[in-house]
Amino acid sequence: MGFAKEARVKLRDTQLRANLHKATHTIRDKRARVVAEVPDWEELREAGRAIKAETMARLPELLEKFEAAATRAGAQVHWARDAAEACSIVAGLIDSDEVVKVKSMATQEIGLNEALEAQGIRAIETDLAELIVQLAGDKPSHILVPAIHYNRGQIRDLFNDSIASGLSDEPAELAGAARTHLRQQFLSTRVGISGANFAIAETGTLVVVESEGNGRMCLTLPDTLISIVGIEKLLPRFSDLGVFLRLLPRSSTGERMNPYTSMWTGVTPGDGPQTVHVVLVDNGRTNVLRDPVGRQALHCIRCSACLNVCPVYERVGGHAYEHTYPGPIGAILAPQLTGKHTSLPFASTLCGACYEVCPVKINIPEVLVHLRQPAILERPAMNTLAGVMARPRLYAASLRFARRMASLIKLRRMPWPLSKWTVSRDLPRPERETFRDWWTRTR
Amino acid sequence: MPVGLFITCVNDLMYPRTGRAVVSILERLGVEVDFPLAQTCCGQMHTNSGYAGHRLTAHFGDVFGSYEAVVAPSGSCVAHLRSHYAHVYELSEFLVDVLGVDDVGGVFPHRVTYHPTCHGLRMLGLGDKPLRLLRNVKGIELVPLRGATECCGFGGTFALKNSEVSTAMLADKCAAVLATEAEYVAAADNSCLTHIGGGLSRIGGPRAIHYAEILAGA
Ligand code: SF4
Repeated sequence: MGFAKEARVKLRDTQLRANLHKATHTIRDKRARVVAEVPDWEELREAGRAIKAETMARLPELLEKFEAAATRAGAQVHWARDAAEACSIVAGLIDSDEVVKVKSMATQEIGLNEALEAQGIRAIETDLAELIVQLAGDKPSHILVPAIHYNRGQIRDLFNDSIASGLSDEPAELAGAARTHLRQQFLSTRVGISGANFAIAETGTLVVVESEGNGRMCLTLPDTLISIVGIEKLLPRFSDLGVFLRLLPRSSTGERMNPYTSMWTGVTPGDGPQTVHVVLVDNGRTNVLRDPVGRQALHCIRCSACLNVCPVYERVGGHAYEHTYPGPIGAILAPQLTGKHTSLPFASTLCGACYEVCPVKINIPEVLVHLRQPAILERPAMNTLAGVMARPRLYAASLRFARRMASLIKLRRMPWPLSKWTVSRDLPRPERETFRDWWTRTR
Repeated sequence: MPVGLFITCVNDLMYPRTGRAVVSILERLGVEVDFPLAQTCCGQMHTNSGYAGHRLTAHFGDVFGSYEAVVAPSGSCVAHLRSHYAHVYELSEFLVDVLGVDDVGGVFPHRVTYHPTCHGLRMLGLGDKPLRLLRNVKGIELVPLRGATECCGFGGTFALKNSEVSTAMLADKCAAVLATEAEYVAAADNSCLTHIGGGLSRIGGPRAIHYAEILAGA
């Protein structure tokens, strides 16, 4: 189904719209406040953009550097061309029937939980919002806040039906119930699974940025740690992290600093997981890299600021995008990664709010317009129109003709496709003469 | 040397009064205006919908290349043209930045709210230039618009392709306009105003008007 159709369904859900409006506006305002505190924010954004552009230009070399450094530090590095290969590599590394998971977009993208379940391995999500979505048998609808489409009351009911009883809708009480539920898992599960926010080529270090501390538990308590990392997550140097650790928290949660930043470089003897795997996943990324305009989508650091300011996302939520990555970044990434989802680049008014907030200055409207090109559905008609418009006389004649036709306009009900307009808006009545006719008559 | 007036295709056909207002403002300020009849469309709509807009954009260059300055009453068309032609100005840019004027001597004794359209605001960086001009209009009562910088939901073919989402965005914009109890909602783009005005007209709300027509008011 295309975006428009999915969106139509979602728009009817007034509870969803109310939840989304409240949540996106709260994070949006918070972000704006803390970003305004940073006097060199624009310079930081530019630095972030430049580092990512450098990374993409040197990606093959940097990946090999990362592999060498991580291997030297005791990690085992695996390469996966696509989702299926990544899942089978991961499944082959697990010698347990349960794993605890840190919130990770990459594992969602490759459908890891479902793949593991098919092998009889239960993946336990430990991020609060991921847990909510998992308990509900639902899918995430936001990059940072997977359960953004739920309100407190709905979460209370869900928890009371699954992991607790008699809870109120106080956030602290709900978080406490989740903590009690998860603590046992952390202590008993021997395999942890994570993604990574950054992978440092120079040192072979992986970095996870989070708020709840569940990530720190998953990354340190198990014997075995398997991290699934998209190849675009690389940064050339350890010192580059300074830029991104300043950009990311303010852009994503609207915090000055996130509570937990975990970094690990291979195995540290006697401390933390003693078996460390890194699975580097392509899954369409090298295709994206080939397109000089589209490749900036790979610069994304998944902060979700673009979702929170997007007027389209705010109305329909993440599920209407039918992909792991929703909102503006999804609209430019999903079609490029998959070759499908071709309706998504049209799911935007090109208002530019996303570009304005993106911490790495991805020109999302530019990529949207770029990706609209292959849509050839109405090409013949539009090209004729462009042909007419490039020829002044023909253009003037057709304006006059259009003026005359316009006198037939009914303000409120027009046949398709103009019915799509008159469903909610009246049509304006044109004046008696076009501007050029007025000019010629009076000058 | 006269400035070239680029009227834009939408204004030529549907809103000639906006064009007449621009001419009257500029001539009132002693600027000579020329309207080359060979002009057509800037190609933005085509480019943004995924078609061959570059021919139209090139044609614009043929027609307007020899002018020192070109003025157009559309933030969106100018934003599209700006990356190709640096000498094209949206009306408020020309008045404030080039002429150094922020009082054009208009009179408009009405309650007005202003919606900063997305391309003017974010692509072109108009800032508060149109508002500065409006503030100096005699008799005007300017009232702020809640969530002013939020998109109205027009987006060209988006309004048809994603009509329902567009309508949901429009409903919120119209509600914000109604809450101002203004008689007019002004903006720098008649395409967005067709959408907002069409929605307001359906619910009996205030009228949509291009801010040039307010500035011209005498
Ligand atoms: S595209 Fe930019 S704003 Fe959107 S999630 Fe990625 S980094 Fe954040």
